[in-house]
Amino acid sequence: MIEYLHFHLPVLPIVIPLMIAPLCVLLGSRHVANVLSLFACWVTFGLSLLLVSRVCELGEISYFLGGWKPPYGIEYAIDPLNSFLMAMIAGMGAIVLTYSGPSLRDEVPKSKHYLFYSLYLLCMTGLMGMCATGDLFNVFVFLEISSLSTYALISLGKTRRAPLAAFQYLIMGTIGATFLLIGIGLLYQMTGTLNMADIGVQLERYRVAAVIVDGIEGPPHWEGSRTMLVAFAFLTVGLCIKMAVFPLHTWLPNSYTYAPSVVTCFVAATATKVSVYAFIRVVFGIFTPEFAFELLPLDTALWSFSLVGIFVASIAAIYQTNIKRRLAYSSIAQVGYMLLGISMANQDGLTAGIVHMFNHGLIKGALFMVVGCFVLRLGSVQMDDWRGAGKTMPWTSLAWAIGGLGLIGVPVTCGFISKWLLLTAAMEDELYLVAALMLISSLLAVIYVWQVVEVLYFSPPSEKAKKATEAPLIMLVTTYVVVAATLVFGVWTTWSAGLAGDAARFLLQGGAP
Amino acid sequence: MNSFPIIRVVTKLMIPYILLFGLYVQFHGDFGPGGGFQAGVILASAFILYGLVFGLPAVKAVAPTKVIEKLIALGVLIYAGTGLATTLIGRADGGHGNDHFDHAHADHTHSDVVEMAQANFLDYEALNHDVLHGFLPHGQHLGIFLIELGVGITVTAVMIMIFYCFAGRSERFGQGKGAADAGLQSTAKEATA
Repeated sequence: MIEYLHFHLPVLPIVIPLMIAPLCVLLGSRHVANVLSLFACWVTFGLSLLLVSRVCELGEISYFLGGWKPPYGIEYAIDPLNSFLMAMIAGMGAIVLTYSGPSLRDEVPKSKHYLFYSLYLLCMTGLMGMCATGDLFNVFVFLEISSLSTYALISLGKTRRAPLAAFQYLIMGTIGATFLLIGIGLLYQMTGTLNMADIGVQLERYRVAAVIVDGIEGPPHWEGSRTMLVAFAFLTVGLCIKMAVFPLHTWLPNSYTYAPSVVTCFVAATATKVSVYAFIRVVFGIFTPEFAFELLPLDTALWSFSLVGIFVASIAAIYQTNIKRRLAYSSIAQVGYMLLGISMANQDGLTAGIVHMFNHGLIKGALFMVVGCFVLRLGSVQMDDWRGAGKTMPWTSLAWAIGGLGLIGVPVTCGFISKWLLLTAAMEDELYLVAALMLISSLLAVIYVWQVVEVLYFSPPSEKAKKATEAPLIMLVTTYVVVAATLVFGVWTTWSAGLAGDAARFLLQGGAP
Repeated sequence: MNSFPIIRVVTKLMIPYILLFGLYVQFHGDFGPGGGFQAGVILASAFILYGLVFGLPAVKAVAPTKVIEKLIALGVLIYAGTGLATTLIGRADGGHGNDHFDHAHADHTHSDVVEMAQANFLDYEALNHDVLHGFLPHGQHLGIFLIELGVGITVTAVMIMIFYCFAGRSERFGQGKGAADAGLQSTAKEATA
């Protein structure tokens, strides 16, 4: 049994939710589906923790699907980076599903519950698969699995705007996925292989030839494989849409706002991070940072877009009265921090980027869970209706305050760790402007978080807040588990920053997937 | 279209052949051109044709929405289940498992794999058996047969379901008018708030 688990560990966290998802539809009862999906999520979480420990012990683990060896077959390549992320996804998936019960009964019609569970598991399958796989086309397939199920999940929302938001996301997401596919196609045409590690090796000869010639007359021009350049552009833009990087973020606010609260919790905590992960893989595993950041000015592009994005999205967040939308804009800003770290391409920067994926997942997950509690009891996401809820729902409000501190990056919360690492990395790279702007942007986070805290604690209670009671115990407990995690990982960083540091070291050593 | 006798008669004549051709493509897919996806589309087209000519209620009497929904899930389950089954059965010949093709990762390969005879996910060699040899498919053949069956079932069901969803739109709009108005009002309220 143990041998079986150890041997199939890379594939089981993907297969289990994939098996249970159709089973939920087949059995068709929402109670059975609930129990099954909870079971699947927690087992997956357990297995991915086991996977992390195995990777720490053995190093890279490779699994050949169907027994076909790479580069001919599909390979699942588990390394410090993706095992860490898989554990995060599975953990958030399990905890959010445990939390979901009362919120789901309130927001989604009972007849659709079994479909919700099935879609939720499929979404998890897709996200986990994107992490685990070492095959570029497989990344696309899993991206589609997770995206399609996310569209459906978003459209389950209560208002009629939910399907519209899902449709908006569908259009943008499909464009992103198509770009990704075009990029993959071009790479396949160049190298004749889809295995990411192998593409990286095959591209070497093109990389050597690639230079930007400073034209003596006329502008500098590209000499080298144009296909490679175009492929890189398509992959980058495609993934940027999926990551919701600033100018390509338009799908995100509506989908997060109108999706059912539970869906927002899970998607906000995981989906964009997995795209960031895929981007890291493409840049570091396939094209190499030298190509992307030294030969091509992707680092300047990334950090300028990130910084503009951080400011624009944070300022936009300040003006939102809808709290879900406010957090959605904050998510766009936070993706900026991750990309900032990644674009520095040094040990500290990359560690910061990776650890912020994890920390932000926890913080945003916690905050959206708090929103879910308020929505259940107040029936509204408008700030006016939240006035004075601190008196009737003290625990939920406190959770918001702690989570908010994490978002700002106050010491002792995990947000501090990622911002501190990022700041160190920026100083090290002598990017003082970036460092200064980053600190100023944190002040914007103070405003958009604290406005809500003020409304909760220092305003006369609204009609709805007067009648409200504390959120159900199960939702409160699970929210506090995540909130506690944000504090724990703010103090004890062996698992978060430590593992992220391993991952960064692995990537910088030319870690092909 | 129910009132055109020629269309009705020709449709009824054609449907069995469409179904037969669909099944041929399905079960020939493991030897030659064809396979689950194509077969699924062909099989579904028979149902869709029936629905177009005789109306939605008629085709729903043959293939109820509930059943189609279960079939979608069943196909996926067959596919994934085949994969899981191969891992549970394991290879009788002591398969090569995850032996790496290059030596860079030699220290991570499991030297004990051969004794354990683990088969990877979807490694059809695990499906080798000796029951009715030469008559029942086995090994790679059986594996492909099973997953193509899964694909075929799901594709058929999904195609029919898409048809139901589009064809059923007019029904739902009739009864959904009130709800639509309520939804518009709620969005208007949100905008003013």
